[in-house]
Amino acid sequence: MTTEVAPPEKKEEEPKRETFISLFLQNLWSANTVTVTFLSIFLALVIGAVLIVISDSQVLSYFEYFTSRPSDALNASWDLISQAYADLFKGAIFDPAAFQAWFDGTGTWQAAFGPISETLTYAAPLVFTGLSVAIAFRGGLFNIGGQGQAVIGCVTGGVVGFAVGLPVGLHLLVALLAGFLGGALWGFLPGLLKARTGAHEVITTIMLNYIATLFLSWLILQNGVRDPDRTDAISKTIESSAQLPALPSPLRVHLGIVLAVVATAVVAWLLNKSPFGFELRAVGVNPPAAKTAGMSVAKTYTLLMVIAGGLAGLGGAVQVLGTADKLTAQVAGNIGFDGLLVALLGRNKPWGTLLAAILYGALRAGGNLMQVDAGISLELVTVLQALIVIFIAAPALVKAIFQLRAARSARLGTTMAKGW
Amino acid sequence: MSTATVEDLTEITAPDRFWNRQRRLGAALVIIGLIAAIVFGSLAESKTAKFTLSEDAEGAALSINGQFGAILFGVVTIAAGAALLAGVAKRWQTWLLGLGIVTFVLSFLCWQVAGKFLPLVDTVSGSLELALPLILGALAGVLCERSGVVNVAIEGQFLMGAFGAALVGTLATSVWAGLISAIVGGVIIAAMLAWLAIRFLVDQVVVGIVLNLFALGVTGFLYERLMQPDALKYNSPPRLPEWKIPGLADIPVIGPVLFDTNLLVWIALILVFVIHFGLKRTRWGLRTRAVGEHPTAADTVGIRVRGLRYMNVLLGGVVAGIGGAYFTLVSTSAFNKNMTAGAGFIALAALIFGRWTPFGALGAALFFGFAQKLANYLSAVGSPVPNQFLNMLPYIATIIAVAGLVGRVRAPAADGVPYVKS
Repeated sequence: MTTEVAPPEKKEEEPKRETFISLFLQNLWSANTVTVTFLSIFLALVIGAVLIVISDSQVLSYFEYFTSRPSDALNASWDLISQAYADLFKGAIFDPAAFQAWFDGTGTWQAAFGPISETLTYAAPLVFTGLSVAIAFRGGLFNIGGQGQAVIGCVTGGVVGFAVGLPVGLHLLVALLAGFLGGALWGFLPGLLKARTGAHEVITTIMLNYIATLFLSWLILQNGVRDPDRTDAISKTIESSAQLPALPSPLRVHLGIVLAVVATAVVAWLLNKSPFGFELRAVGVNPPAAKTAGMSVAKTYTLLMVIAGGLAGLGGAVQVLGTADKLTAQVAGNIGFDGLLVALLGRNKPWGTLLAAILYGALRAGGNLMQVDAGISLELVTVLQALIVIFIAAPALVKAIFQLRAARSARLGTTMAKGW
Repeated sequence: MSTATVEDLTEITAPDRFWNRQRRLGAALVIIGLIAAIVFGSLAESKTAKFTLSEDAEGAALSINGQFGAILFGVVTIAAGAALLAGVAKRWQTWLLGLGIVTFVLSFLCWQVAGKFLPLVDTVSGSLELALPLILGALAGVLCERSGVVNVAIEGQFLMGAFGAALVGTLATSVWAGLISAIVGGVIIAAMLAWLAIRFLVDQVVVGIVLNLFALGVTGFLYERLMQPDALKYNSPPRLPEWKIPGLADIPVIGPVLFDTNLLVWIALILVFVIHFGLKRTRWGLRTRAVGEHPTAADTVGIRVRGLRYMNVLLGGVVAGIGGAYFTLVSTSAFNKNMTAGAGFIALAALIFGRWTPFGALGAALFFGFAQKLANYLSAVGSPVPNQFLNMLPYIATIIAVAGLVGRVRAPAADGVPYVKS
């Protein structure tokens, strides 16, 4: 698990011969968390660019006569890469052309804010699954089961959404609660097994992921769940009273992102201010010491996994009540595994996880435009996401590549490896 | 204080406790035997269940009345459980447990097959074929984890192997070039795993998971950019030829399964023996086990801990890469996005269920392969048992195993702990 200190604060009283500027520059090029994060993203984008070029046969053909006229190959590569990454930006944050059209009166404000809306839509479930992994990490548990917990959250939230009739407002609350409880149950199992028998949570949660996915694929074929008007494996549509309210179409962003911010605040309070948070951090750092101090390690592990599972379950419920509207075999997508990356990128801190989830949401939203406009597969985004986390997890590697100075006060957030 | 971990439990378990492991197993067998005899027996139709010794309904067959068989085998399961409960000698324990589980499966089969037929050769060879990548993946895991590096990246190694085999196999129009590039693909992921885990001390489970996503992304990306637009040029690899050994191939059931098959089956089975022998009897094996259990002690006597770990992880990559070749050179003849579909994680389950030993991994992989094959068979004959639940079997079995409900599973002591020379 990671226990690292915040990036170095600039000292108020400067040492004698160092000016503020030189100190700032020195810190900037030292291996603090912020610098390492930005350099990791940069490195990932560079490797992504290489992949874009080597997979394009047109550009590769220019490289065949690289020695005689290098400008052709370099220009073509640059055009391709800049178009791809410009699309990534336009699809995720804002498109200047759409804003221009809005100001001219030829476009709508929806089109101008579309990219941000997409980013936040993709980010909302990731915040929950990321928080789930992060809080478990802080307690010394590695919750790879976010995917399974999110799937069960989808199932319970979704089933309550279409099978139970309740008034507007209450229905949504009950459906979200059902998602939380479903995920909590799926987290409770590995937590209990860890506490009672010592079964390693990494193994049990990986296995429970697959059990949950298979259960979902069985459930959507059953009568009462399956949409009788459809021939494919798809469930009934969730009633509008249980759907998360969204901005007017075509914007898709819904209440989920607000809930995600609230959840982040709650988790931050729980971790840093509540007695349980203190206990779980103590258990995470040193279980025997926590035990000696009179804390119940078993109880903490179980409760922690219940909370972590519940958060991931909420993520699944937000996904199904916010955007998906129906249960399908793929309804949870990859939000559980992405949550793992998000938590690692956010260094297992609640607000960091929120930012990381928004970055991943942005990559995903921009990736859609990149696929449509530049014809570059969405899978590139998966590569980028994985690469960013590889570099984040190996700060020593980034440090070596860029010859960074050792940070003055920040310890690099290397995750401490531990066995099964 | 109710904190109990695996270590504590071993100390707590007193030898003279009444509900010791054997009695708990016996009770479990009696319960599943009762389920078999009563539920399966009453649900089974009173028709003949035919187990043919060929690939179809023809030829010699073993037949039994479905209902009678379901009840009979259920009763045998109960008897085996009762013997365990009564407290027979310890050396019979494994045999009785095996007998109980096998008869339970037979009782289930009698229920399902009643009024139909089950071709044994097809079932056995199908199970072996489905188990093939699991065996190779689990062996890769054995190599890594016995030397102390957790390998969650088997899935990624499979994918890279499968992709490399498809791409190079097609470009070179040679199945052997495909097999070699499958190995290269597995080794690439293994090298990243080793480098990040051993050199940069990154959490090995984190690296493994991220490398899986990386492999998924890279192969998916190149698939959509290269293979999808021009499948003929990039994605139509040749198949591994099937070789028939004359004479041996005529033995009933075993002959067609083992001696009329592709090269990978032999590689996998030979590797099981080689790795078992290597771990138990060679200098390399002793050193590997020492590094995996107590690296500091190994270092003290002059073993190069990191070097040995690098070597074993890369060897694991070779084996897992061959496993990846199964997907594009044997099972189907084209690469597809995410075509391994979690097989790497079942291989991981087989490794753990097989207690980190080559033969254990083989047994677990065959069991999981059989469960998958049975699931396919049942959905083909329209059984009321949902095949999703049968597909859950490997995962449930692994959870039961790691929770210590059946026996005790212990990983190598230094598994996942990076070694820093002090």
